[in-house]
Amino acid sequence: SNLWYLFSHSVDKAWKELSNILSGIFCASLNFIDSTNTVTPTASFKPLGLANGTGHHLLRYAVLPREVVCTENLTPWKKLLPCGSKAGLAVLLKAERLFHSSYHSQAVHIRPICRDASCLAVSWELRQTLTVVFDTFASGQGKKDWSLFKMFSRTLTDACPLASQSKVYVDISPKNKEKELLEVTPPPASVHEAVVQGDKRTYAVYDLLSPSLFNTSRSLNVQLKWMRPQDSSELPTPILHAQRYVSGYGLQTGEISTLIYNTHPYRAFPVILLETVPWYLRLYVHTLTIITKGKENKPSYIHYQPAQDRRRPHLLEMLIQLPANSVTKITIQFERALLKWTEYTPDPNHGFYVSSSVLSALVPSVIAMKDVDVEQSPLFTSLFPSSDGSSYFARLYTEPLLVNLPTPDFSMPYNVICLTCTVVAVCYGSFYNLLTRTFHVEEPSRGGLAKRLANIIRKFRGVPPL
Amino acid sequence: VVEGLALLDLGVSPYSGAVFHETPLIIYLFHFLIEYAELVFMVTDVLTAVALYLAIQDFNKVVFRKQKLLIELDKYAPDVAELIRTPMEMHYIPLKVALFYLLNPYTVMSCVAKSTCAINNTVIAFFILATIKGSAFLSAVFLALATYQSLYPLTLFAPALLYLLQRQFIPIKLKSKSFWLYTMQYAALYLCSLVVIICLSFFLLNSWDFIPSVYGFILSVPDLTPNIGLFWYFFAEMFEHFSLFFVCVFQINVFFYTIPLAIKLKEHPVFFMFVQIAVISIFKSYPTVGDVALYMAFLPVWSHLYRFLRNIFILSCVLIVCSLLFPVLWHLWIYAGSANSNFYYAITLTFNIGQILLISDYFYAFLRREYYLTHGLHLTRQDGTEAMLVLK
Repeated sequence: SNLWYLFSHSVDKAWKELSNILSGIFCASLNFIDSTNTVTPTASFKPLGLANGTGHHLLRYAVLPREVVCTENLTPWKKLLPCGSKAGLAVLLKAERLFHSSYHSQAVHIRPICRDASCLAVSWELRQTLTVVFDTFASGQGKKDWSLFKMFSRTLTDACPLASQSKVYVDISPKNKEKELLEVTPPPASVHEAVVQGDKRTYAVYDLLSPSLFNTSRSLNVQLKWMRPQDSSELPTPILHAQRYVSGYGLQTGEISTLIYNTHPYRAFPVILLETVPWYLRLYVHTLTIITKGKENKPSYIHYQPAQDRRRPHLLEMLIQLPANSVTKITIQFERALLKWTEYTPDPNHGFYVSSSVLSALVPSVIAMKDVDVEQSPLFTSLFPSSDGSSYFARLYTEPLLVNLPTPDFSMPYNVICLTCTVVAVCYGSFYNLLTRTFHVEEPSRGGLAKRLANIIRKFRGVPPL
Repeated sequence: VVEGLALLDLGVSPYSGAVFHETPLIIYLFHFLIEYAELVFMVTDVLTAVALYLAIQDFNKVVFRKQKLLIELDKYAPDVAELIRTPMEMHYIPLKVALFYLLNPYTVMSCVAKSTCAINNTVIAFFILATIKGSAFLSAVFLALATYQSLYPLTLFAPALLYLLQRQFIPIKLKSKSFWLYTMQYAALYLCSLVVIICLSFFLLNSWDFIPSVYGFILSVPDLTPNIGLFWYFFAEMFEHFSLFFVCVFQINVFFYTIPLAIKLKEHPVFFMFVQIAVISIFKSYPTVGDVALYMAFLPVWSHLYRFLRNIFILSCVLIVCSLLFPVLWHLWIYAGSANSNFYYAITLTFNIGQILLISDYFYAFLRREYYLTHGLHLTRQDGTEAMLVLK
């Protein structure tokens, strides 16, 4: 889970309060956010709404890589919706189907926007997004057909009365200009075309507020059927995508490598990479190398803030130019620290998570995009923002990494204390003896069987007897 | 150091992170010398060996002179002829000391690893040379440099003071005015040079950041990377409640032996220096094998104590076996994953016990020889039979 916020004043206390309040509202473990996983990025997170142009030192960003989403997070998220999960599109959001998926992501975005064109008043816009990937191919007996009922075990019955717009968009873009490849039932009332992320897409639109939709049946179950059996067609690769992995062997050192792919055929564009590495992986910035197409690529902007033990994580932000049709490899070496035994998680051999790095870029699109009106399609402007027609903004998150740290033996605290103090006491005892005692001639005392035995042995050795 | 230089190039203070803990003078030294790093470390090792050679040569002369004086004053018992040191036996000792340092596997290892411990050793060796030659000013300057690098050579102030007092023939009585005068002079020299060096570092980097990063780091031991010392595992397994208490105890332990040793060994300040260097290198918060190499280089100076050493065979075996097992068990823990941190910790314990017993053995042998010198070699009891010597 990650959280970022641009403050207007008095940051650190407010940050703690904010993360705790949000943790309470969303039943998420956001209260684990503290200074060891919060950073202040300088370039990566620019506010999307109105801002006073305040400095970047009022921005805070934190990531908790080990937190997963579950039903308890969905329920308060649904409660924020105007109709809850009682009416409208949100009736589809039932936990047992939503979490039976390959990917699940929830987000809440809040930003100040102008209330109207003259911008005399500012109001707060709350945008909630839920992204779920259902793998119907694997669970639907090898057919890629889907329907709302199959995915959510429910259908839409009515629109939320509080909503001013309530629409369902189904992507029916034809591939390779072939029509009649797929069929959507019931037939859509209208079709919307938009250029989304550099691709021309066609959407079938179902408007829940229009009275004609529920005329024939009381419920709406959108179904999609493929006309011809699909060959294994690959999805087109996005223009910007990235991968991250850890290499190296042993528990002493390692290397984090990030691969960034630019698949645009002829345009180069810059990308901002933000990496947050926890303090117990000590990064060595002199080992940072950026290689593109076999040659070294120097970033035009580097901001590096090294970590402080138990206080602050590493922050590395770079602006890297990606040439067209290339792969850029960024590597940095690190050393693993030994932590105090109380700082390990209950399952220390599982490893420690390194949060994902964030890539922000204005990706040039192959097809020119026209400016879309905010009023007409608020979904497309907020989901796929573009400042001008030629590029769109994309923010990518790479995979989180799992890194093993050397562990001490957790069953040993008392033994270690005793043994180490014994060694110190041996030194102290020997020195004390030598410093406070003096040599004296010993007075004899004969007798004893052990002594006589020892004397016999000493006679053999040629050493004077006791 | 390379990381510190890279951070400096990026415009970030090298002390803002937790990776770099060397002093600013080292950064600036290496700013110019980083390309010739291997050569630099070889040169420092050679310089240390040369300094030790010259120091021990001078020291031998001092020892011989003192012995002659004591013989003439009839301070020695009549039958100790075999304990008296002759120039012939002392002739090759400086060479042996230099060779002991240069050929010690520990020195070679720290040179190959390019550890800045070699620079610490050089400064301490020059300090010893300056002290034995009798120059109070140079000795204070080098001691200030050594203290500036790592905090612990502060304890070497006492043996240096004792040696210089002896050289000036000032008796060490607490009521004597000349004693206090000389002490104040030496202390003033030392503190002034220390202040000058610290201010110079401030002006090099324009901030006081280096003080918590260098000295706070040495004193509070935040980084628990395994090393050959005792601290790391102790603090990794410590209960949080007691960690401040034990940090203080461990740090006091290093400085604590100075005063008792000064009282006992006030006639023999160079031996005191040897014991103090050994105590520092065993109990400092981040020891390295380079520190061990430094005090081991002095062992030939006391080769005449060989007949009084009690456990030397076992101790040398312990030290050799532990040094061989260190890399093996490290590999097993960190790379092979088939051993535990306990294996490596056990070897640290044994190695440190071996070192401690080695030093106390030499101390015992030294004191015993002193006793024999004044009381005679063949001790008899009241009834005429041969006597044994015990420590009571």
